[in-house]
Amino acid sequence: MKVTMTINHRQRELDVAPGEHLLDTLRNHHILSVKRGCDSSSCGVCTVLVDMKPVLSCSVLTARVAGKEILTVEGIHDFVETLAGYMGHEGADQCGFCNPALALTVYALKHEIPHPTLDDIRHYLLGNLCRCTGYQAQHIAILKCLEECA
Amino acid sequence: MKTVNTKIPSIDGNGLMHGRPAFTDDLTEPNSLVVKLLRSPHPHARIKRIDATKALALDGVELVLTHNDFPRNSFTRAGQGYPEPSPHDKFVLDEYVRHVGDEVACVAAETVELCDKALELIDVEYELLDPVLDFEQAIDNPSILHPEDGICEMFPIGFEPKRNIAASYHMEVGDVEAELAKCEVVVEESFYTQAQAHAMMEPHAVNARLDFQGRLVLISSTQTPVHVRRILSQTLEIPLSRIRVIKPRVGGGFGGKQALHGEMFVSAVTMRTKRPSRMVYSRKEVFESTYSRHPMRFDMRLGADKDGTLRAIDCYVLSDTGAYGEHALTVFMVAGSKVLPLYNKVNSVRFHGHVTYTNHTPAGAFRGYGAIQGNFALESAIDKLVHTLGLDPIAFRQKNMMKEGETSPIFAIMGEGTEGTAMTMDSCKLEYCVNRGIELIDWKKRYPTKTSKDSIRRGVGMAIAMQGSGIPYIDMGAATLKLNDDGFYNLMVGATDIGQGSDTILAQIAAEVLECGMDDIVVYSSDSDLTPFDTGAYASSTTYVSGNAVYRAAQEMRAMIIREAAQVFQVDPDAISFDGKTFASGAKTITINELSNRLYYNEDQKQLVATGSYVGHKSPPPFMAGLVDLDVDVETGKVHIHNYVSVVDCGTTINPKLAQGQVEGAIVQGIGMTLYEDARYSKRGRLIENSLMDYLMPTRLSVDKLTTEFADSYEDSGPFGAKSVGEIGIDTPPAAIANAIYNAVGVRITSLPITAEKIRTALREKGQQS
Ligand code: FES
Ligand code: FES
Repeated sequence: MKVTMTINHRQRELDVAPGEHLLDTLRNHHILSVKRGCDSSSCGVCTVLVDMKPVLSCSVLTARVAGKEILTVEGIHDFVETLAGYMGHEGADQCGFCNPALALTVYALKHEIPHPTLDDIRHYLLGNLCRCTGYQAQHIAILKCLEECA
Repeated sequence: MKTVNTKIPSIDGNGLMHGRPAFTDDLTEPNSLVVKLLRSPHPHARIKRIDATKALALDGVELVLTHNDFPRNSFTRAGQGYPEPSPHDKFVLDEYVRHVGDEVACVAAETVELCDKALELIDVEYELLDPVLDFEQAIDNPSILHPEDGICEMFPIGFEPKRNIAASYHMEVGDVEAELAKCEVVVEESFYTQAQAHAMMEPHAVNARLDFQGRLVLISSTQTPVHVRRILSQTLEIPLSRIRVIKPRVGGGFGGKQALHGEMFVSAVTMRTKRPSRMVYSRKEVFESTYSRHPMRFDMRLGADKDGTLRAIDCYVLSDTGAYGEHALTVFMVAGSKVLPLYNKVNSVRFHGHVTYTNHTPAGAFRGYGAIQGNFALESAIDKLVHTLGLDPIAFRQKNMMKEGETSPIFAIMGEGTEGTAMTMDSCKLEYCVNRGIELIDWKKRYPTKTSKDSIRRGVGMAIAMQGSGIPYIDMGAATLKLNDDGFYNLMVGATDIGQGSDTILAQIAAEVLECGMDDIVVYSSDSDLTPFDTGAYASSTTYVSGNAVYRAAQEMRAMIIREAAQVFQVDPDAISFDGKTFASGAKTITINELSNRLYYNEDQKQLVATGSYVGHKSPPPFMAGLVDLDVDVETGKVHIHNYVSVVDCGTTINPKLAQGQVEGAIVQGIGMTLYEDARYSKRGRLIENSLMDYLMPTRLSVDKLTTEFADSYEDSGPFGAKSVGEIGIDTPPAAIANAIYNAVGVRITSLPITAEKIRTALREKGQQS
């Protein structure tokens, strides 16, 4: 079946199988920044923004996002560039598998809470697991980024 | 230009955050066959009959492979150097299955859905066998995991499969019993550590294709590409020269990707069908069918005099390797060899034990590699001894621990499966680490407990630790530098970046020697066709071993380009000065860009390439002190961590921020092992925590603060004074936290994880006693 939606600012009509999840649709269409890390909706590496809200793409049917606006990191280049600078400065990136989803969630946070505290950040990102960094360096980088780029 | 010991951002962080296709499954060929495995629902069984007719009848199912389709070559998936210290006790597929999730059959089909359907249609008749589910009952159990023929040890490791023993070992310095008998105080305690799951964010993945020369090309999320190539070749009987293994970006490993996983299966499918194939493990498969950490029991006895002189350590270890003996001997030995030398002044020390087979998911390499288990036992036991003696835990350690310039007989006796290598601690700032740690945590004010409010008790605790830097005389790393026209370099390394940032720090080492910018070094790592040999990312070897190889290659390249500049000016090379950009001899100058363009286009044409290789003659340990400030709620048993202080001696930090990332990531992983993480089995041998929903890991709220510092230290044998830093961070949390809990509320928990429930129960029992 055909589903129409906006992906990274571009209107797309995609052929999808019934029951197909958004994660698979995006990866099948070569949007490979979106990763799969689990089969229980609990790791967050598949996060995309649907109408500016973080959503687990592994758990939402593609048909359900018809007509909506989907953002992946490919659609927010400038913000990712800025955040990546802060992350690099803090040594907060390791394997990078969690990072596209993290960047998207931070982008959504920035829109929801323009001046977040460290605690806001920790709570907002709770669903974005990272096994490499121990989290603190990420939080410092994100806090600085959002303070200095507000 | 200075690049070593500066905080340069990782070279891949930006691109990976932009989501550029870089991980294994991003690089799958379109139209690849999907490969999946039928996995055993039983912990122990023999396959009596297996029939795939119905599955094969499905349109789009290309192939089903069973144990009848593979040559019967025993091997080990461990992913170690050759000959391996792990027993060859595995067949690609076997008529026996030995844990829930073990491999029964392999299916290749056009789509995931078809694969799943085919898996359901394979008809298997099992003869159920008694499972061995308690590792303390495994030895000489009537049920034997490996009764089959054709399995073997590569050299003596104490392999006795008919007794369910994968490996055993014994060593003794002095006479422990006699020494303990002479001690004024002896404490005894048994400690248990659990199976921890690696839970790297990227599940295991691999894909395969035949290239235009008909060679088998694998892209694999692996820590050991050259071992993968060798083991594939030996087991599937494909000439080594016909296999290429490429490691792309890897989404975390922590030891869990040292071993082979789906490589055998995609290779077999692609070789047979001539079609590209791909495999991505589900999270359940990662939990059930890859690896965990070896659970262990330690029986510790420590003897000391009342003045606080530690005189004897006796340590028996029983380790559970699960269904296959991958890393069985070596992880167990590291539990002694990278732990016991911390207290090097004892008159006698004994380390012995067995590694048993059970019908659990196999255990394997995991950051810390036995040292975290051993550290929990020894550093908990030390605190118990200190309290029995009524002494101060800091002063006791300062008196008895390893110091710079000292050694331990254990280094010469215990290696990784073989004899070890004698060495003195040319760099050991453990004293500084302890002293700085107690300052940072404000120990003097806080020890043992500080104010309590309502049901909350606050306490501090600490532990010291060591690790190694590579496996001496065994693990080799090599690097090649190639000068290009316009004066920039390719750095080709076999070293395996799995997210720890080795590409970045190796480029820093090259840039420092060549005095060029990071942008002038283009790194390419881990492609068995194109990069030189390197054993891979394990045993904390990359910075030290591969780093030394890069250092040598860069020194040679530097000498080469200076010779070429001397040739241009017709002077002696000694007359040339070089600042990374410009060669000068008197008033004459030429830039590296001009020189290289001349070399490739105009005069004296030749390609400049320099290769360096390195094998360690010792394994200089990094050291650290870990100190924790935490709360225990005596009503709920809940622990809350305020601050975890790490002061680490890893020699020079090639990149202080990346080194800090290694330490902090490891500390939090260690805290996870201490407080929550536990891969438990049901009575029927099924893993209970087999998803990221059920398996509890540290979250963004688990620790208030991490304080991480490095000691000023220089290891002469390391590149620019560096030792390793990948593993050391994980070792201290179990003992430091257990010790802090004891200091806060007076109960000692001797089995990991230290759950709220265990604390509550212990407090209740203590209350009843008093
Ligand atoms: S893949 Fe793990 S939450 Fe979506
Ligand atoms: S950097 Fe590896 S999971 Fe976050």
